[in-house]
Amino acid sequence: MNANAADADARGFDIDIELRRGSFRRAFAIRSQARVIAVVGDSGAGKTSLLHAIAGLLRPTRGRIVVAGETLFDRERRIDLPAHRRRIGYVFQDARLFPHLDVRANLLYGLRGAAARERRFEPADIVELLGVGHLLARGTAGLSGGEMQRVALGRALLSQPRILLLDEPLSMLDMNRRDELLPYLQRVREESGLPMIYVSHYPEEVRRIAEDVHRVGGSEE
Amino acid sequence: MSSGFAGFSDAELTAIALSLKVAAAATACSLPFGVAVGWLLARKRFPGKLLVDTLMYLPLVLPPVVTGYALLLGFGTQGPIGRFLSEHFGIVFAFRWTGAALASAIMGFPLMARAIRLSIEAVDPRLEQAASTLGANPWRVFFGVTLPLAWPGLLAGAVLCFAKALGEFGATITFVSNIAGETQTLSSAIWGLMQTPGAESGVLRLALVAVALSFAAVFASEWLVQRQRAGTQR
Repeated sequence: MNANAADADARGFDIDIELRRGSFRRAFAIRSQARVIAVVGDSGAGKTSLLHAIAGLLRPTRGRIVVAGETLFDRERRIDLPAHRRRIGYVFQDARLFPHLDVRANLLYGLRGAAARERRFEPADIVELLGVGHLLARGTAGLSGGEMQRVALGRALLSQPRILLLDEPLSMLDMNRRDELLPYLQRVREESGLPMIYVSHYPEEVRRIAEDVHRVGGSEE
Repeated sequence: MSSGFAGFSDAELTAIALSLKVAAAATACSLPFGVAVGWLLARKRFPGKLLVDTLMYLPLVLPPVVTGYALLLGFGTQGPIGRFLSEHFGIVFAFRWTGAALASAIMGFPLMARAIRLSIEAVDPRLEQAASTLGANPWRVFFGVTLPLAWPGLLAGAVLCFAKALGEFGATITFVSNIAGETQTLSSAIWGLMQTPGAESGVLRLALVAVALSFAAVFASEWLVQRQRAGTQR
């Protein structure tokens, strides 16, 4: 394999899996060379389940997951990296900040596990990028929805991920807050240089973030 | 009453102190097991889970005298475990206060493990998922997220176990008898005094002590559970 092919492999997504949980059964096939892709689809199409499978929180019944040249899961080759070794930055729909830690400790939670040589993002830079400097000493309870998502985004970036997964980060916010958070997402997209999968059901939001849009669930509109 | 303190005789004070020591040792030693079993039952699915669940609750419903007898068979000087421990580690349970602690620990364990299980179940597993995506291995998830969020319930379980251990009677007296200064706990002392003509006032005094200690323990435990509930609801 020559260097160019390896470079091409190191980019992009190659996902072909089937998920089953009770009566829930979905197959996903996503191949893309784009750095930032969006996954759209109706609720119940399994968008969150797809992200869970990529993050290692849900085990597919068959298939493989290759992201940025790294095989995270391959049923046939018996590869299944545990979630904590996948180096995936996952921004959940509901932020999931740790209620027993203040904002600073939330941001730094994933930094401890990351090896020094993998460090691409420094706390000071991330705090500035996301404008959360004035929140550092606060608890998580009093934060607005937009602030929570920014802290969650910073926490994910500081865990030094190879790829960022965003699960409808704007869905819990009202219209004004959305317009407030979107520029931050665009800045992260530009300045992090990370591959991203952005899940949403708002076409307008998707257009401003992603290069390549994949529809899942198969329902025609 | 010759000497003593606050109207208690020396023998009574010895029994109270011994009870506290036995209950503290029982609680401290069973806490790691309680956390492990509580976590397993709250978070894991495994073959034989129902069996573990059943075995754990058994001391709660078994006649205490049967539990004490089983301990005598297993941990007595002639019992297989008891002989092994005394030969290799010099640990003796039979007719020692350590035996009283063992009996109390086993009787208190179901209450402790149940409280810990409930408190771990109350921790949002989605936070644990978030921690693992941030690179935390299962140990760090447990000690960094699960445990800090579940600790009031954990403490409540420990307090309940302590209270149960404090009042344990049947299994203890069957296993280690009623030796003043060694295995005569508060309950055995009360029972002993009841066999003694003219000791009614002593019985009443010690009974009141038992009521006060138990009340305080259960009160503290309930308070801690409510505290955790308020904490997780944010």
